[in-house]
Amino acid sequence: MRFMGLFGKKRDRVETSAEPDLAGADEALEQALKNFRQSVLAWSEAEFGRTRPAEKTLRERSWRLAAGWALSVVLVAGSVSGGVYDRHRRAEMAKAAAAAQAARQQRAVAERQAREDEEDLLAKVDSDVSKEVPSAMEPLAQLMAEDDSR
Amino acid sequence: MAAGILTALEAMTGAAADELAALKLEAATQEFSTIVTTHRPQIFRFLLASTRDVDLAETLTQECFLKAHRNWSSFRGESSAMTWLMRIAINLQKDHWRNRRMQFWRHTRTNAVDLDEASDWLPSGERTAEQRILAKEQVSQVWRAVKELSERQRTVFMLRYVEEQELSEIARATGLSEGTVKAHLSRAVGRVRAQLGGKR
Repeated sequence: MRFMGLFGKKRDRVETSAEPDLAGADEALEQALKNFRQSVLAWSEAEFGRTRPAEKTLRERSWRLAAGWALSVVLVAGSVSGGVYDRHRRAEMAKAAAAAQAARQQRAVAERQAREDEEDLLAKVDSDVSKEVPSAMEPLAQLMAEDDSR
Repeated sequence: MAAGILTALEAMTGAAADELAALKLEAATQEFSTIVTTHRPQIFRFLLASTRDVDLAETLTQECFLKAHRNWSSFRGESSAMTWLMRIAINLQKDHWRNRRMQFWRHTRTNAVDLDEASDWLPSGERTAEQRILAKEQVSQVWRAVKELSERQRTVFMLRYVEEQELSEIARATGLSEGTVKAHLSRAVGRVRAQLGGKR
């Protein structure tokens, strides 16, 4: 089996230099690196020796995955139902507004009609009344007509 | 008569070949089992130090040995088993980070412990309280420097100063030339030195 080098592509771009000579470096650096190594070894040893049942991790991950999915489903369902409700509410409001508008128009037409009927009635009454009252100049007109005949 | 003897001989030869194959398989399995027992702690340690994530290190270690088992028959022993395994581990780690970058939405959460927590681990030697505080501070500073290293520098640094590998081994495990390994190591140490110098 042939394994690809990890950093093979850029191999030639990095310039070479001498290995860091830690023997001559300051003591603090050496001590720090030594402590660092001991720390990593202690940590690794403690974690490696610790029993970590794989199924527990798997169960936890499955639980997290399931919880994530459930949350996602709830969010999506909430968004969709919220959208549907909002749309339904808007449709209802539009319908109510249209009904109110129609009622207002009907009321206006009815009022106008009533007003016109009333005006017609008043005009008719005026006409009837005017016919029943005799003209003020009528007797004089009759006299003038008699004179002419003579 | 002769044909019957020939058939019997062929059957015996076939049975012997099967037995030999079974023995070879058993030996290989035993050998691989020994390899796992011997090198698993070291591979886990390298991955833990590189990722600071216990679960991830455990997962990658298992993947490493699974991959090694699948390809065990093709291992020719040109390098040591440890170098071969380390190379697999490094490639797996690289693949993991690459996938993580590309599929960040799948893995938004990391279990990596923070630097202070990682610095809490110190061997319980015969130290005074003051020495322990100083050691913890030094370890913390080295972790801070390591965090700032590039992936290559960190890998080389861990192999050199945690696994204490020779430069030639590091070069084989990473697929880099020794000169490049030296250069990365020099930069990594320089950064650690600067970090320590800044705090003193």
